Amino acid sequence: MAFMGDIMNPAPLWNNGPSPGAFFNFPGNTSVVTSSNHSVQEFRAHSQSPITTTTTVIGLKYDKGVVIAADTLGSYGSLARFRDCPRVMKVNDLILLGSGGDYADFQYLKDIIEQKIIDEQCIGDGLQLKPRSLHCWLTRVLYNKRSKMDPLWNNYVVAGIQDGEPFLGTVDKLGTAYEDSIIATGLGAHMATPLLRNALQAGNIDEQSAKALVRKCMEVLFYRDARSFPRYQLGVVTADGVTIDDVAEIKHDWSLAHMIKML
Amino acid sequence: MFRNQYDSDVTVWSPQGRLHQVEYAMEAVKLGSATIGLKNKQFAILIALKRAVSELSAYQKKIIPIDEHIGISISGLTADARMLSRFMRTECLNHRYSHDAPMPVGRLITLVGNKMQICTQRYDKRPLGVGLLVAGYDDQGPHIYQTCPSANYFDCRAMAIGARSQSARTYLEKHLTKFVDCDLQELVAHGLRALRDTLPNEVDLNTKNVSIAIVGPKTPLRIVDETELSRFLALVEGEERRGGHGASASATGDSGPPVDRDDAGDDRDPQVAVAMETE
Repeated sequence: MAFMGDIMNPAPLWNNGPSPGAFFNFPGNTSVVTSSNHSVQEFRAHSQSPITTTTTVIGLKYDKGVVIAADTLGSYGSLARFRDCPRVMKVNDLILLGSGGDYADFQYLKDIIEQKIIDEQCIGDGLQLKPRSLHCWLTRVLYNKRSKMDPLWNNYVVAGIQDGEPFLGTVDKLGTAYEDSIIATGLGAHMATPLLRNALQAGNIDEQSAKALVRKCMEVLFYRDARSFPRYQLGVVTADGVTIDDVAEIKHDWSLAHMIKML
Repeated sequence: MFRNQYDSDVTVWSPQGRLHQVEYAMEAVKLGSATIGLKNKQFAILIALKRAVSELSAYQKKIIPIDEHIGISISGLTADARMLSRFMRTECLNHRYSHDAPMPVGRLITLVGNKMQICTQRYDKRPLGVGLLVAGYDDQGPHIYQTCPSANYFDCRAMAIGARSQSARTYLEKHLTKFVDCDLQELVAHGLRALRDTLPNEVDLNTKNVSIAIVGPKTPLRIVDETELSRFLALVEGEERRGGHGASASATGDSGPPVDRDDAGDDRDPQVAVAMETE
């Protein structure tokens, strides 16, 4: 029976890999996505960590409008689970909205915002929701949810035209809100923001260079952010209206990869 | 006790298809003193005639600020107007809180209209006995709205409500085309002339009994102070007044001028113009 090995002390299934049943590494959740960390009665605690997540949104204001971009990956922990999760939405002719974080929470709020716009069109007085109003409204909603200890796990980027002027603002899951001419959420806050700032310090830029700059940032983020994806959406809002380009694909080149030594 | 068989309850129709309680409430508006709203391309203004209950009392406030960009002028039951103005203020504040923007005037009026309609359809409520003139400024420019106890509301270029206001409406109709292009001074002067037409001969406008509110682009609603008021009054001072005021008011069918209410007797309920089946 020696060929069977030591049944009582088997060798590990494999070395240097995840333990069985622990394939996905969820942020803020040390082991596995099971109810082991939360008792069933604590259903509210489930919303205290995101499940299907999306990563960076980039927003950049230029002289006549705003560009925002975000990739289409929905991650399940570290697993690249869903490849087509669009998260740049046209709200109306004045507003573009991008979201990072929990995708289900975004879909939930997206439906509410879309209904809000339909209700407004039904009034029929010709008035349109403005970006600053939506930004403020999102702040109230998100702060209210976090105050119930049940946050919507998202970072929102509101881009639009406010009374003829470009507007760019962001709200996080705690309801913290600010406006800036450069906004990047998630890992992009650490890696894209400096790139955008440097480029903007040279002076005001036009639509072409703004788009090129954001595309460059998406490429950098694709190489460095392990939760990113080569396919991304890019939207522009100007006084002429809102356009969201077809999903673009980054042509990647890893020929340099072998030169990078991880210590 | 009742003037009509079908007027005991707001929810009861008359065979002619009328709601008498609602129509009586409409009459309550005509008991208040006159007020006028008009606008040009930029500004919307309210002009009101204030009354003092007695020699010993102050003049009753007629214009209520709602928000930076909206003001109302009231005619009818002041207490009902205070309830409505509190509602409007709350709505404007909530809109500012949630949307960081002033409430569009038309939308506020819709809310007020919906609120006022409820009490015309429930047996345990009564219609509000107040008419409002709402002056406001928003992205679509200046607005003058009129609301009624019947829960109708109207978007107006100019309007007058209250006691003997028919004379003012006659003036406004006559000069309607001039308002759009005239400047603020002329607009106020038109309003004052219209208001003066509602007065009996022995009374004239002065800084005590007139109240003016102005709202426009980059001009938050302001109720003008006494010095500015006397400057505005000087614009129409000494002009010849159009004759036969008491006569013109009754000739145009305006009911119940409150100045001669006392000699008409105490129990003179407002009458609906058309004959009723029980009388």
